[in-house]
Parts: sequence; structure tokens; C-alpha cells
Amino acid sequence: MRTNRRGFVGGASALAMMSVAAPAVRAQKKYSDGASDTEIKVGHTGPYSGPASSYGQIGKTLEAYWKGVNDAGGVNGRKIKFLTLDDGYNPAKIVELTRQLVEQEKVLCLFNTLGTANNTAIHKYMNQKKVPQLYVATGASKWGKPKEFPWTMGFQPDYHTEGVIYAKHILANVKDPKIGVLMQNDDYGKDYWDGFKEGLGKDSGKVVKHVTFEVTDPTVDSQVIQLKDSGANVFFNIATPKAAAQAIRKAADIGWKPVQYLNNVSASVGSVMKPAGLDNSQGIITAQYLKDPTDKQWENTDDFKAWVAWMDKWMPGSNKADANHVFGFAVASLMHETLKKCGDELTRENVMRQAANFQKYKLPLLLPGITINTSPSDYYPIQSVQLARFKGETWDLFGDVMSAEGS
Amino acid sequence: MEQFLQQIASGLANGAIYACVALALVMIYVSTDHINFAQGEMAMFSTYISWQLMTWGLSFWAAFVLAVAISFLMGVLIERLILRPLHNAPVLSIIVVFIGLLAIFNSVAGAIWSYLIKEYPSPFPKSSFGIAGVIGPHQLGVVMVTLIVLGLLFIFFRYTPLGLAMRAAAQNPQMARLVGVRVDWMLALGWGLAASVGAVAGIMVAHIVYLDPNMMAGILLYAFASALVGGISNPAGAVAGGFIVGILENMVAYAGNQIEKATGVYIIGNGEKLTVALIIVIFVLTVKPAGLFGRVVVKRV
Repeated sequence: MRTNRRGFVGGASALAMMSVAAPAVRAQKKYSDGASDTEIKVGHTGPYSGPASSYGQIGKTLEAYWKGVNDAGGVNGRKIKFLTLDDGYNPAKIVELTRQLVEQEKVLCLFNTLGTANNTAIHKYMNQKKVPQLYVATGASKWGKPKEFPWTMGFQPDYHTEGVIYAKHILANVKDPKIGVLMQNDDYGKDYWDGFKEGLGKDSGKVVKHVTFEVTDPTVDSQVIQLKDSGANVFFNIATPKAAAQAIRKAADIGWKPVQYLNNVSASVGSVMKPAGLDNSQGIITAQYLKDPTDKQWENTDDFKAWVAWMDKWMPGSNKADANHVFGFAVASLMHETLKKCGDELTRENVMRQAANFQKYKLPLLLPGITINTSPSDYYPIQSVQLARFKGETWDLFGDVMSAEGS
Repeated sequence: MEQFLQQIASGLANGAIYACVALALVMIYVSTDHINFAQGEMAMFSTYISWQLMTWGLSFWAAFVLAVAISFLMGVLIERLILRPLHNAPVLSIIVVFIGLLAIFNSVAGAIWSYLIKEYPSPFPKSSFGIAGVIGPHQLGVVMVTLIVLGLLFIFFRYTPLGLAMRAAAQNPQMARLVGVRVDWMLALGWGLAASVGAVAGIMVAHIVYLDPNMMAGILLYAFASALVGGISNPAGAVAGGFIVGILENMVAYAGNQIEKATGVYIIGNGEKLTVALIIVIFVLTVKPAGLFGRVVVKRV
């Protein structure tokens, strides 16, 4: 950059004026690494390549979001410099990239790094370095432990809580339940399963069959046949979209008609219910917290319309049916609000303090009645969900917003 | 008993998928002596082409034929443009190229069609096909298509001059050249054929595993195992190997279930089915290194 004289003089006089006019404001300004009068550096990694590349859309949405923010003048006059790198969904790679972001780029915080295994890989490092690891993109229950890990915070309702909610609903609503569980054999599946068992409590004997599958299995047909054979009349489907859709279809193919519960991870109309067959999906119950972009009932709500307009402007040509864009927009809005609240005190401590200080904050694209609540002892921003039943081509929300807040 | 039949049927259907991809692997191996790691991704790409053609309004079978033809051209082009310059390169360089192709096809498909899973239609009528409660119409259809492809390949290699010339080119390039076979082009044709067989496999699989850029990742592993257990040099063996691996895998889970039911002790189950199936594969290969139906190659030293 070249400094010409006019720029220099202008800048200098502006500075002089400021120091005269607003000494109080200047005194309050405090910065950690990664923040200055003009810029805030935010780091991110996501799977732009590799087996989980469908989630790469989240990173692209975040990038577009910050572009939009900068275009509108930034946050409190500071531009966001959003550094996003490709970790290929590989825990070894994210460690190296995180070091690069923290030690070379000196970002103020990491934001929405994706994947349970990946975030686990940098969990300790971030807390040792005392750099915020905010609103991570995974629903594992381990991100809300402010005592051991004060620098890490989750975002979405955790899998454990969701599992508890399904179990309670089954016990209250299904007469003489015999439960069959299909579980992806990894941390994510086990988190749901532990919550589910906890929710059943002394009734955990009602699970008549628990089968697992590996992410690499081409189909889950064999497992679904075993579940049917066990005589189960309730089916809890803990699977990522592809396997979840296969299981729903296979159950219908072999004439198994249990009451079906589907984890939120796969509650997408576009990528699960339609591929599984709308006929086969009727009556499936899930828990939701975000507005499904393929669900027509939201088309006329203000925040949804704003999102559609934003998509048209900042991500033209991308698929609006992809729920990752909704997720990305919502989580970026929360980060935006957090940075706004920090004001001129852009220190890492204050970022965490503000993140842990939301009361009933209404975030765009969350279901009506669900708000953001955090405190220094509650690091789970969203802990409410609402049950929904699949009917026709959309999710039909029913019952109250259920909350595990404070528990 | 019902479960037993269903597990066998589901194993057969999965086996048919493995068999199709294994066939494509064997095609390239027979004609070039290489194992193409990008086979699965090429098949996936062909499937996307057929999907694209269908969204442009073509019927299933028209898109099928066109996609198979385009894949043939794609296979020939890859051989001519990418592998030909590596003609005398060491095997390792070629493997690196295959792995590169794998990554390229995967990312390009993702960039063009996105990573969202897509529904893929089945051409087999729901009402008149399949046995209710045991095997679905599509699964039966896949088994039949696999057998038809195998039959066609058999006739092609056994009874047509071109097929014979291809075999000659692979088995003894120098002699083949002397009797007037254009060996170079035979290799390219081998690639084209393999890509076509792969396209058939992809199109058949897509209804079952849904269409997405990573749909072949899991399957390729099983296809390798199938091709090896049946004999990598023998198309019929590869198909048999596919069915064997498919059924074996389900039987392991089934047996584990029965044992657990009878004795209450968990010994094997879904988590171990791939492991046990692969242990059996290794066992077979230790006893018969050329695979169950493979020809033993004797080289004079």
C-alpha cells in the first residue's frame, strides 16, 4: 500500500479530531490478536473436499455471509477478514491448519469448525492457547463444558438431549413399546444412543434390538431385516442422510411398519424423505430447531423471506433446498451478533463473555419459540427442539417447544 | 426362516452391485494388467451423465444407452490422452494417475451436480417384478442385468473377431501385432468397455445407494474383494465372487444373530461382518492365490 500525502494528512487530522472529541471511546478500545480498528480476523476450517464435502456448503455460506456484512460496512466499522481453509474432514489436517490460523494468521477466534472428530482434535489446543472455538458445527454433547473447556462452545441442540426427548416421547405415547435401534457406529451415533438410554431410564429393557452399521457400508438392508425380525414396533433411526433414507425405504420394502423416530441430522425433506419415498416417510417423527428450506409453511415468514433474498443476492445459483445454507446463515448471524455485542473491546475474553451472555435472543431461521440462551455455566446455545411429524410433503410441527434448558 | 430368505435375497442384490463393479475392474485388468482405482468414480460420473440426460427429458432406457455410449468414449479418451504417454512408466506412476483421476472425477462431479444426495429412478416395474417381502423389484432387476452383461461380455470375447483380437493383444502383444492386431487401439477399447460396464453398474447401483459423488467409495472396496476372490483374470469368476461376498457378508450377521438368540452371547454381528468376510477372502487367496475361478498363470523362467 502506498500512502499519499493527502491520505496521510486526512488520516492524521481525523485521528487528532477523534482524540479530542471522544477520549472516552478511545480509552475503552481493547484488542487481542486478530482485531484492530479496521479489521477482525475470524478463522474457519471445513470439508471442501473428501467424504463429507456436502458440508462444504456451510463454509461457502459463511464466506458469503461475511462478504455481505462487509459490504454493509462491517461490524462496528470493522471489516471481517474470514479465513476459511479446507480440512478434508481429516482430524490430522485440522490440527495443522488450526496452528496456522492461530499462530501465523493470529485470528481472534475460530468459528464453526466442522465435525465431531475434527473439533475433538483441536479441543485441548484451543483451550491451552485460550483462543475461542465458537459455535462448532457438531452436535456432540461434549462442547458445553465451561469448567473444563471455557474456550469452546457448541451451537445446535446436542445429540444427547435429542435422544432423551425421543425416549420420553416413546414412553409417553406408544403402548407397550418394543424398540429397534439402528445406529451409526461412531461417536455421533453413540452420543444419541447414550441419551436415548438415559431417557428410557428403568425402561431400557424395552429396546429389543440394537444394530449398528459402519459409514462405509454400502447399504443398511441387512440391519433393517434384523430389526424387523426382532418384532420391534418402534424404530429409532440414528443415521446420516444416505443410510437413513435407505433404512426408511427398506423397512417399507419388506413390509415393516413400526412407529419411526428419525434423528434431526437426517430430517431433511430434500435429501432424505424424498429419496426414501414420500409414501414410505409418512408419519415419521423427528425433532427440529431450524426451518427446513424445502418446507412450504415457512415461505411467508419474514426471516425466511429475508434469507431467500439474501441467497439470491449473495449465493446466486446455489441450491436453496440444501439445509446447509440455512444452518450456515443462522450460525453466522449468531457470530455476527456476538461480535457486535463486543463493541470496541475485541479481546478473546470478551468474545467468550459475550457468547456466554445471550438471553432469549431471537436468531433468524430458528423455529418460532426457540431462542438462544447461554450463561457462563450454560455453553449450549440452543437446547430446545420441537417434535414434528412428516405429513404429505412437509414436517407438521406438534406439541410444545421442548427444552432441556438448565437440566 | 423369513429372515434367512430376506438376508440371502438382500445379499444377492448387494452382491450383484459388487459383481458389476468387479466386472469393470476385471475388464481393465484383462486388457491392460492394471487395477483402476478410479473405476468407481468413473462409474459414478457416468451415472450423473445419465441422470442429467433424464432431467433433460430422455426416458430411462434412452438415457441408459446414451450414457453407456458416452462412457465408452470417455474411457477411450482417458486411455489415449492420459495413459498413453505413460506407456512405459513404472506401475507406481500409473497408480498415482489412477488415484488422481479418482479425486478429479469426485470433485468435478461435486462441483457440477453438488454433493446433495439425489433420488435415482428404477426402471423395473413395481407391480409385476420381484417376490413380495423377500426381494424387491429393483434388486431382482440388478441381478438379472448383471447376468446379462456377463453373458454379452462372454459372447463378445469368445465369438467376435474384435473380442478375440483384444484378448490376443492383452495376452501376447508382440505376437498380436505380428498378425495385424492394432494393439494400441485394443487397449483403448478395453478402457472404453470397462467404462461402459462401470456405467451399467453405476446406473443399477444408484437407485439403491442414491446418487451422490461418494456413492462408489464403499462399494469399490467390496468390488476389489469380489474380483480377487473370484479371480481377477476371469469375468465370470468376478461375478461369482461378487455374489459370494454379498451373501457371505449378510450370512455373518445372520449367524451372529442366531447365536445370540440361542445362547445370549454376542460373538459376531453387524460390526464385524466386513471383517469376517474379508478374513474369508484372505483365507481363500492363501489357499488359491489366483482366486476361486482364476487361471493360474505359469511363466517360463
